[in-house]
Amino acid sequence: MNNAAENTAASMSVARTPSTTTERERPRLGLLRATFGIIAKDFLLEWRGRARINATIFFAVLTLLLFSFAVGPHHAILEQNAPGYLWLAIMLASVMSLGESQRVEAENAALEGLRLLALDPRAIYLGKSIVNMLFLMALALVLVPVSIALYGTTIRAGMGPLFSPLLLGTAAISAPGTLYAAIAVQARARDVLLPLLLFPILIPGLLAAVKATSLVLTGDPMGELVSWTMLLGAFNVVYWILCGLLFGRVIEE
Amino acid sequence: MSSGNTQLAIRVRDVSKRYGRRWALARLSVDIPQGSAVLLTGENGAGKTTLLRILGTAMRPTYGTIDLFGAPVGDDLERVRPRLSLMTHASYLYEDLSAHENLRMVQRLTASADRAAREAALERVGLTPHAHRPVRTYSAGMKRRLCLARMILRQPDLILLDEPFGQLDPRGVTLMEDVIREQHRAGRTLIIATHDVDRGLALCDLHLELSAGRQMRAPQPIAA
Repeated sequence: MNNAAENTAASMSVARTPSTTTERERPRLGLLRATFGIIAKDFLLEWRGRARINATIFFAVLTLLLFSFAVGPHHAILEQNAPGYLWLAIMLASVMSLGESQRVEAENAALEGLRLLALDPRAIYLGKSIVNMLFLMALALVLVPVSIALYGTTIRAGMGPLFSPLLLGTAAISAPGTLYAAIAVQARARDVLLPLLLFPILIPGLLAAVKATSLVLTGDPMGELVSWTMLLGAFNVVYWILCGLLFGRVIEE
Repeated sequence: MSSGNTQLAIRVRDVSKRYGRRWALARLSVDIPQGSAVLLTGENGAGKTTLLRILGTAMRPTYGTIDLFGAPVGDDLERVRPRLSLMTHASYLYEDLSAHENLRMVQRLTASADRAAREAALERVGLTPHAHRPVRTYSAGMKRRLCLARMILRQPDLILLDEPFGQLDPRGVTLMEDVIREQHRAGRTLIIATHDVDRGLALCDLHLELSAGRQMRAPQPIAA
């Protein structure tokens, strides 16, 4: 079928002189402002619903309690393994948090609406990843005192040094987590798919986060903390860049 | 192709779209002059929504090329998207936000902060009394009105409407007709897919009919 000339001829008779014959100058947001716009939108959505933070905290605290019940009254084992339990609780709870962050975008095809506003996909990725990271960081800050209370952990180096592995660890979950949540939300088995995609990728980051947290809690006589922190930092650099570049491909058909 | 003195809003060449083994659109070629209002009709599954979604850059064709406002729609979607507005079955609304917040979010993300324009758009669609209620509490017709307010606010050059009269009450239908006429008079290009052919014929100046993913004939002028 090649009836374009005929199509045009038929159209000529009704063509009018429009007011939009030349492209109007339309303001466009830069990457930074668009990212802040996404962050503001996600915080407002969370504030309106408050479903994500409540459910995630409850689930993570329950997970810590279950580890405590499973091991029993062996304080030495609990204290020794506390960093591992803490990060497993954060990782398991992150599936709920990441899934919820994409669920609101899937409802009414809101993510498609964002795409059609001509936003840079990297801004959508960065905005959502930063909000996910801040949620997980807030969760971690709630879980640390709970871990101390449940497992009898003592923080030898103080809370200050603990901040760095917590921040880098939650960032390491958010970077690939935001991308994989965007992939999983398009699938029928979205709840199953996200952990299947995410957990294998997180193994190096999880290992480094657990080791770094353990060294802060129990002391670092061999000076290993810097190496594990650098590994965690490198994991973050690779995944934030890679996922930021791939996100546009994932959300565009 | 020469188009004389008429500038084209849309130039479609051999556009096809396949879902699995089924061709939703098959080698569609059509030109739409700027400022025209096109009635798009066809039976269920004829490819109307697919065509609107492809023109709205929400979906890529399997084959074929599209030029919008004289430039090919390639990978630089950020250039063309500010000029389009697609209103489909999906509302693109955040249910936990109010109408006011939904529109403010759109403005913030499109580098606009005109509060008066936002309030005027809500007033135009009759949602001012409900502007601060969460969208989740709205009826389907109210959500449709809010989508209309968002379209008014964005002032696109090309407006793509998929079943615009669905879910609206009689006053809503009249409102939608008025807004379509206003946008048409303002020189904007519209494509309206609807089964309400009589209403569409009264609003449009071209008629494009699809059947099983193929166009039946060239767009026909509609007698005034």
